[in-house]
Amino acid sequence: MNIHEYQAKELFDRFQVPSPKGQVASTPEEAAEAARHFAGSKLVIKAQVHAGGRGKGHFKNGFKGGVHLIDSPEQAAEFAAKMLNETLVTVQTGESGRLVRKVMIAEAVDITHEYYLAILMDRASCRPVIVASTEGGMNIEDVAHDSPEKIFRQAVHPLLGLQPYEVRKVTAALGLSGDLAKQFSKLLANLYKLFLECDCSMLEINPLVTTPDGRVLALDAKFGFDDNALYRHPEIVAMRDKEEEDPREVAASEYDLNYIGLDGNIACLVNGAGLAMATMDVIKHFGGEPANFLDVGGGASKEQVTAAFKIILGDPKVKGIMINIFGGIMDCNIIAEGVIAAAKETGLPIPLVVRLEGNNVEAGKAALKASGINITTAATMAEAAEKIVALVN
Amino acid sequence: MSILINENTRVLVQGITGSFGARHASLSLAYGTKVVAGVTPGKGGQFFENIVPIFNGVAEAVKETGATASAIFVPPPFAADAILEAADAGVELIVCITEGIPVMDMMRVKEGLKGLPVRLVGPNCPGLVTPGRGEKSHGGCRIGIAPGYIHKRGNVGVVSRSGTLTYEAVFQLTQLGYGQSTCVGIGGDPINGTSHCDVLQMFNEDPETEAIIMIGEIGGTAEVEAARWASENCKKPIAGFIAGATAPPGRRMGHAGAIVGGEEDTAAAKKRILAECGIAVSETPGDMAVTLLRHWGKA
Repeated sequence: MNIHEYQAKELFDRFQVPSPKGQVASTPEEAAEAARHFAGSKLVIKAQVHAGGRGKGHFKNGFKGGVHLIDSPEQAAEFAAKMLNETLVTVQTGESGRLVRKVMIAEAVDITHEYYLAILMDRASCRPVIVASTEGGMNIEDVAHDSPEKIFRQAVHPLLGLQPYEVRKVTAALGLSGDLAKQFSKLLANLYKLFLECDCSMLEINPLVTTPDGRVLALDAKFGFDDNALYRHPEIVAMRDKEEEDPREVAASEYDLNYIGLDGNIACLVNGAGLAMATMDVIKHFGGEPANFLDVGGGASKEQVTAAFKIILGDPKVKGIMINIFGGIMDCNIIAEGVIAAAKETGLPIPLVVRLEGNNVEAGKAALKASGINITTAATMAEAAEKIVALVN
Repeated sequence: MSILINENTRVLVQGITGSFGARHASLSLAYGTKVVAGVTPGKGGQFFENIVPIFNGVAEAVKETGATASAIFVPPPFAADAILEAADAGVELIVCITEGIPVMDMMRVKEGLKGLPVRLVGPNCPGLVTPGRGEKSHGGCRIGIAPGYIHKRGNVGVVSRSGTLTYEAVFQLTQLGYGQSTCVGIGGDPINGTSHCDVLQMFNEDPETEAIIMIGEIGGTAEVEAARWASENCKKPIAGFIAGATAPPGRRMGHAGAIVGGEEDTAAAKKRILAECGIAVSETPGDMAVTLLRHWGKA
């Protein structure tokens, strides 16, 4: 789940992680108001989308750049009018771009130095790890490749938590001393608290900056949240912006289905994530292109299966469907009932190959046969993949 | 011999009265598993299917029935607590089926289990099966959610992150006439109790296991670590499959742990490293058993 820059700022403010002054606006009037509020500071206006590369992007209405310096409240309103409800295209959004619904008026800070600071869950050590580097403001993967010695890592004990000596180590690794070191220490302690309390999987500040007037600020942040923990974070779930997500995936999540949209034309519906990945792989192996990842999970109800089917059929690129079910928890008859219901409701305009095995398989196969729907069956997943690729091509 | 469980293992089920736990406790009993107790706080004194006593807590269940293994079917907000309770009660093998436990909960649980004489398998795993000798492998020990009938008693060890992909491999083996010693599903979460390497080590020591299938997926380095250990230490032939060759980078593919972070945890990189370590890599999921048999010299 991604969040907008202005929401990241809300989290930073809540946990007292210093960041440049800023205020979100949804209309040109609000943008002007925000600019007036910060009168006396150098200001920028920033389009709020879940994608990077905003500064170098362009709007479909011709306006260039999703980030601009502004010199007055009037200019704030003028630029806001050119951005709001317009589509911004950046290297990360693809050609279709993203609709901008909000802008942020923020303090433009002068920068003495850019640092990199991140906290992430390291699965190898099963600990949170703080990653810090003096080389901020650039691609950290490049730094890791070219000068790995400039990246400092500090693992934190999962039960003891972040210790002051660990904070001192990170501070020293960044070459900070004096008042800047004091500010950074507080920032890091608060950042770690945020990481834990919000059940983050990843939190990246790039760049973290020091300024000529002696401040330490988080200039840009990327958040990743543990999906498994969202049930205990309604305040984070409330930040979700469904308009920034693939509509197929939004629809799927409404039914608690695990769905990821891809670009191909053969859809699949599978139980179990490993098998779902393997199904995509086997479709590709036989020359097809998977249109999606879809794991209906082990406890899927008939309604969920029907919904899954309809989401698949709602994708105009899809020219064929492969269903691959090996029932452990999944009851093959439930799958069959869901497929039959969905096919009857939607008319099934494209080829469907079904491979069922496992729990209650005989009843499932019998139901499919008795339904009278035009379904091609297969005994193994290889056979199913070969058949659907042939039918689609 | 098998590993971790056999037909005599006494199993308790935490969450036996929930619909998920009940369904699979029932299927395990039907398979011949010695399900000797259930635990649901507040339902102590009742019976499951008129034969299995239910207790309020794990300690009492262990004391009264001598259970040594636990299957956890408790919902995510309470599952970490269930694991710790079982460990505290002296359960030797804890198999946590639950999917959706917050990663930080598991981080703390794993730390909390250190130094205790307990093995945790999972979470977010399909469980373990040691097949029986009866019809359709009846009479074995089934902890978790795997379909029993696909198994056959034999000499191939199977270890996997994915449930349904395990069943594919097992069914392929059974249909070709080769049975399994024990099938271990370690689960799809990024932080778990037992790794591929842990299981390979156990299979390596088990006299009944003669060959091994290892199934992995994108995300993390577990398969690579296991392969490197095996190339130095494992005397038995291993075949492997890695799912997720078509997964786009950065996306979580169902399993919390199935996310490509960098170059080394893609399917392609893992397959290459496995092959370099002497593991026969199956190109497609349909060939897992056949790949093993060829490598083993049986085909």
